[in-house]
Amino acid sequence: MKVEFQNLSKQYESGRIILKPMDFADDVHTLAVIGPSGGGKSTLLRIIGGLIAPTTGKLWVNSEEIEQNESSLQQYRRKIGFVFQQGGLFRHMNAHDNIAVPLEQVHGFSRTEASGRAMELLERFGLKDDWKKKPAALSGGQQQRVAIARAIAAKPGLLLLDEPTSALDPEYTTEVLDVIQELKEDGLHFIIVTHEMGFARHACDKAAFLCEGSLMEYGESAQLFGQPETEQLQRFLGKLLEWNL
Amino acid sequence: MKRLKQLFWISEDSRRNAPLTSKKKINRFAALLNLLLVTALWVALFWFSLRAIHVQLDFAFLGQFRIRIWDGFLVTLGLSVCSLILSLIIGILSAAGQSSPLLFIRFFCSVYVKFIRGTPLIMQIYLFFYIVGTAWGVNNRFVAGVLILSIFEGAYIAEIIRGSLLSLDESQLEAARSVGFTRRQTWRFVILPQMIARTLPALTGQFASIIKDSSLLSIIAVIELTQAMREISAVNFRLFECYLFLGILYLCLTLPISLISERLERRFQYES
Ligand SMILES: Nc1ncnc2c1ncn2[C@@H]1O[C@H](COP(=O)(O)OP(=O)(O)OP(=O)(O)O)[C@@H](O)[C@H]1O
Ligand SMILES: [Mg+2]
Repeated sequence: MKVEFQNLSKQYESGRIILKPMDFADDVHTLAVIGPSGGGKSTLLRIIGGLIAPTTGKLWVNSEEIEQNESSLQQYRRKIGFVFQQGGLFRHMNAHDNIAVPLEQVHGFSRTEASGRAMELLERFGLKDDWKKKPAALSGGQQQRVAIARAIAAKPGLLLLDEPTSALDPEYTTEVLDVIQELKEDGLHFIIVTHEMGFARHACDKAAFLCEGSLMEYGESAQLFGQPETEQLQRFLGKLLEWNL
Repeated sequence: MKRLKQLFWISEDSRRNAPLTSKKKINRFAALLNLLLVTALWVALFWFSLRAIHVQLDFAFLGQFRIRIWDGFLVTLGLSVCSLILSLIIGILSAAGQSSPLLFIRFFCSVYVKFIRGTPLIMQIYLFFYIVGTAWGVNNRFVAGVLILSIFEGAYIAEIIRGSLLSLDESQLEAARSVGFTRRQTWRFVILPQMIARTLPALTGQFASIIKDSSLLSIIAVIELTQAMREISAVNFRLFECYLFLGILYLCLTLPISLISERLERRFQYES
């Protein structure tokens, strides 16, 4: 999916600049966004997902401009899947309804179609027996797999994941990353904000480094991790290595 | 010794997450035994107090007043149900009003809520009875009673609803946007179900309060249960019997409600 933006920036009412004006244009297949905490990664992903409006700049997806009014944003969000760091599932709905209700209400599936699709995905992600459980009764890893199932249920053109594993224990992290890897093999395009550098480097073909509100580096993952150009990225990667085995 | 302790002592983990009415984790026999002891204690307390002032309980006279009592009971029930409905409407409107973008409406609603919650019901009844009854020309005391009670309870319901609106999680609204829900769908499938789960137990409890508070309407001579009993006790001076029986009648209404409220609370605890 072709993603393009020009002069995109974000400033909150408090006056703090979260994203400095930035340009970007590329055909996104699998893109990892990395960078230090508070650098604006979530903010950028939310803008791309049509969840918040940028302060300045324009955004095109597949050469179509995304207008910042509620009704066209609603149309746009239907073509995109979004997975949050945590708490993105509807708490009062069970796993099945979390997937089936949006299909039925937003995408015009009939009740049986929606239910069938929900069960198909739950089964695929190893959650067949848990379809009746509410989020609070699921483990963090199971919740994230349901969240991914919901996000891809309507076959979106692009999946956006905001640190889908950072609230999880290591064993659950792996099971969620495996699911994403599998979706990649099916040809799903995604942008993932992540602190899992192994995944960013090996499972994503492109990577972007966002630091202090600027898009400092962008390119092939192998290139970015192998030969970081900016001092900030070198320092960022160096820090991560400090505690590695 | 340990068996004995089990009869009177609740284990640590059932104490932590169970209200007393969930009998599941408490031994049946122990529950019965303790309930019996409690009842015996209360009865004894009453009995000694009454003996000290030489009162002999005799409920026989109640039979001859049963129609008046029954009528009063029905009026109380009617007052409470009508007030519940009206106060719900007032409560929802003023909760919504308090987050209105229009400053005037916002202040109007919060002044209303603060005034009502900050003053005693009995003062409001006297005050509003003159306003509603005399100035607005509502002569029907039942209607006046419903209006006054609803204005009072509406402020409390407004706070219950406002509290649950405030506790609504931003992340849930963002999730609703992300799946492509319209505003309407967000209300229907996310906000309302979550708010109902959160407010229903408290609203049910509020209904019990309405029933009890309606007794104060006796001061403007609405002949509901309390007023009926007052009139009966005024002719035969059987104060103890009258008020004891009155209490039992109120409990017949409020006890089931508080049980339902507790049950709802437990059920929704795990949901939201
Ligand atoms: N609604 C808001 N109002 C004001 N400031 C905000 C708001 N949301 C986020 N911020 C600020 O924007 C900055 C960037 O936030 P963002 O969540 O995009 O960072 P991030 O790179 O995703 O960090 P992390 O890795 O911790 O998730 C933070 O300093 C945050 O405090
Ligand atoms: Mg973030």
